[in-house]
Amino acid sequence: MPPTDLTSPADPMPEGAAGDAVDDVPEGATAKSAAKAAAAQAPTRVPCGIKFEKVVKRFGDNVVLDHLDFTVGAGDRVTLIGPSGSGKTTILRLLMTLERPDGGVIRVGDDPLWHMERGGKLVKAGERHLHEMRKRIGMVFQQFNLFPNMNVLRNLTEGPVHVLGLGKDEAVERARGLLDMVGLADKENAHPTQLSGGQQQRVAIARALAMEPTVLLLDEVTSALDPELVVGVQDLLRDIARSTDVTMLCVTHEMGFARDISDRVLMFDQGRIVEEGSPEAIFEEPREERTREFLRAVLAS
Amino acid sequence: MSDVLDSYPLLLRGAWTTVQITLYGAAFALVLALLFGLAGASRSAALRAVNRIYVEFFRGVAALVLMYWFFYALPLLGLRFTPIAAAVLAIGLNYGAYGAEVVRGSIKAVPRAQWEAACALNFTAGQRMRRVLLPQATALMLPPFGNLLIELMKATAGVSLVSIADLTFRAKQIQASTGQTAATFAVILVIYFVIAQALQVLVRLAERRTERMLGRRPQARPIPIAATTGEVMAP
Amino acid sequence: MNWDWNYTGRLIPDLLDGLRVTVTATLFGYLIALALGLVWALLRRSPSRVVGQTVRWVTEFVRSTPLLVQLFFIFYVLPAWGVTLGPLTAGIVGLGLHYSTYTAEVYRAGIEDVPRGQWEAATALNLPRRRVWFGVVLPQAVRRVVPTLGNYLIAMFKDTPFLLGITVTELLGKAFDQGAHTLKYLEPITVAGLFFIVVSILSSLALRRLEKRYATD
Repeated sequence: MPPTDLTSPADPMPEGAAGDAVDDVPEGATAKSAAKAAAAQAPTRVPCGIKFEKVVKRFGDNVVLDHLDFTVGAGDRVTLIGPSGSGKTTILRLLMTLERPDGGVIRVGDDPLWHMERGGKLVKAGERHLHEMRKRIGMVFQQFNLFPNMNVLRNLTEGPVHVLGLGKDEAVERARGLLDMVGLADKENAHPTQLSGGQQQRVAIARALAMEPTVLLLDEVTSALDPELVVGVQDLLRDIARSTDVTMLCVTHEMGFARDISDRVLMFDQGRIVEEGSPEAIFEEPREERTREFLRAVLAS
Repeated sequence: MSDVLDSYPLLLRGAWTTVQITLYGAAFALVLALLFGLAGASRSAALRAVNRIYVEFFRGVAALVLMYWFFYALPLLGLRFTPIAAAVLAIGLNYGAYGAEVVRGSIKAVPRAQWEAACALNFTAGQRMRRVLLPQATALMLPPFGNLLIELMKATAGVSLVSIADLTFRAKQIQASTGQTAATFAVILVIYFVIAQALQVLVRLAERRTERMLGRRPQARPIPIAATTGEVMAP
Repeated sequence: MNWDWNYTGRLIPDLLDGLRVTVTATLFGYLIALALGLVWALLRRSPSRVVGQTVRWVTEFVRSTPLLVQLFFIFYVLPAWGVTLGPLTAGIVGLGLHYSTYTAEVYRAGIEDVPRGQWEAATALNLPRRRVWFGVVLPQAVRRVVPTLGNYLIAMFKDTPFLLGITVTELLGKAFDQGAHTLKYLEPITVAGLFFIVVSILSSLALRRLEKRYATD
């Protein structure tokens, strides 16, 4: 499947026009003022695609990914679904360099993530290369993982100042813009422990965006939230999906959300892709028995 | 009893020496604890081995033995220290080894998710340690550090045996000159107790500071309900 | 100055003699610490607030003042009150008393760790108080704290050199006497230090093995 949206503009657009300008906006989603704020913060860099080439990952004897191949186009919004233990989260963790692959090559943009090209051959990359590559990638975790030793504002400025080298004022300005976007402008001096789970997760999303990644990894971002807080976080992510051209890779058990946010769904089982297609195809007319079985089980719960 | 209390200038000078050796020794031990503790938490096997050797060696040897060694044995090898320097060195090396274990354990006890989040923000290894892991580990270190500080202070009494005029040494002087054995030792025990309590207050202040930094309230007070509910919907 | 191996060889028997004294003091002191610590721990749970608080402050006082000064007190002050102890006995009593305040804390934590349900079950069975303590609570508490108690045995071993302050010729004292005799301190004190390290490391290894056994049971 070709990348659907390489041309989507990153600059702010009028609220009413949002749905027309970007063609991967889910049907029925209404534009909100936050979309404008998000767009203002949107990365201006060219989005990156992702490519897995025969990627192998083992934990001991357990083969989690078995020569996995797949491609995500720049600016695509892809959701990974499948039973737990099928390797979805591992894919995100490999991309974030939290786990090391045991074989194969992962590319982000045109460059291999874990390797360097030297004399036409791929060799294992060092920390310096990983540091360069991580600039393209951001991640939001299931358990938020805000830094408890910093207040909300510093959680958002610490990376931009010390990693991206932004000036303090610029970082604070960017952080405030993002907090405004996630609806927590009044919480900048609050401490993570003083926030609800939903608020913490929105701060975590803002923190990831503050680094202006071109690829955003979302690892079951609503799984740890109380049911009534899930909607707020999902709405926020929909806005971000609509108003930016960041490549999104999302692992979720919320099928409705997966349907709204993605333009492609990959069904995983035992480290392989069982089926892939548009959300409509996967959720309405799944071809594979394994997919039907999984969807039945998820919808039943 | 009054004879003993009349010798208060001597007692004060002795107490001051005890406090000085305690603080210098603690400062030196803290530096060693951080250095070797970080080595022990590192991914490099060589650094971890350095940590193991230091910790096993200096934890295994008694502080007083080390002190005697620095004071009596090393000068014969041509290494001369002032008595106080020898004492501080011995105490620092000994308690640094205990401290290194505390530092290592505390860093390891910071949830891995914090390391991952720092990694996802593209912090370098040094930044991850300095900005994320160490500040959080500090909160875990302080209570055991408080205990070690008291132990270290108690161990300084050993310097009186190598003729440093600390509180215990002064007590023996006063005891010899006044013959008031019970009163003398009772008085200095109380002084030591007061020093220990003062040190504990200092550590507790530091603990409260780090707890505030981590957004924890003093344990006794329940968390206000307002902080845990009242979710505002995303705009 | 160079290391004198002949001299070192001649020192060994004497130093081993010192080590024997050190180990004796440690073991007997430890027995006192184990028993007395239990007494403190039980008294702290006494229904009388006065008793509980008194014990709390007495143990806090002993724990936060130097062992060396306490040894002086026992050795030099008690005779004036009619209790004269030999140096080694005074040392053992001092070590035992000092470390009993640590073991008391260990027992206390162990007792508090025994689940409430155990107390309730014992009450439901209408067991007499003595049986509740010695049949139900203490066996469980002690089991939990064996590794921690073991650590204090090693800590105590490393504190025995303070006994030389009251003229006990334990390991370091022997080494020092030898050095003073020949004015060659390097060899005896170094060897004494090595003895300490070897014994501590061996006992920590043994302890870790013990810990594992208690953990898997």
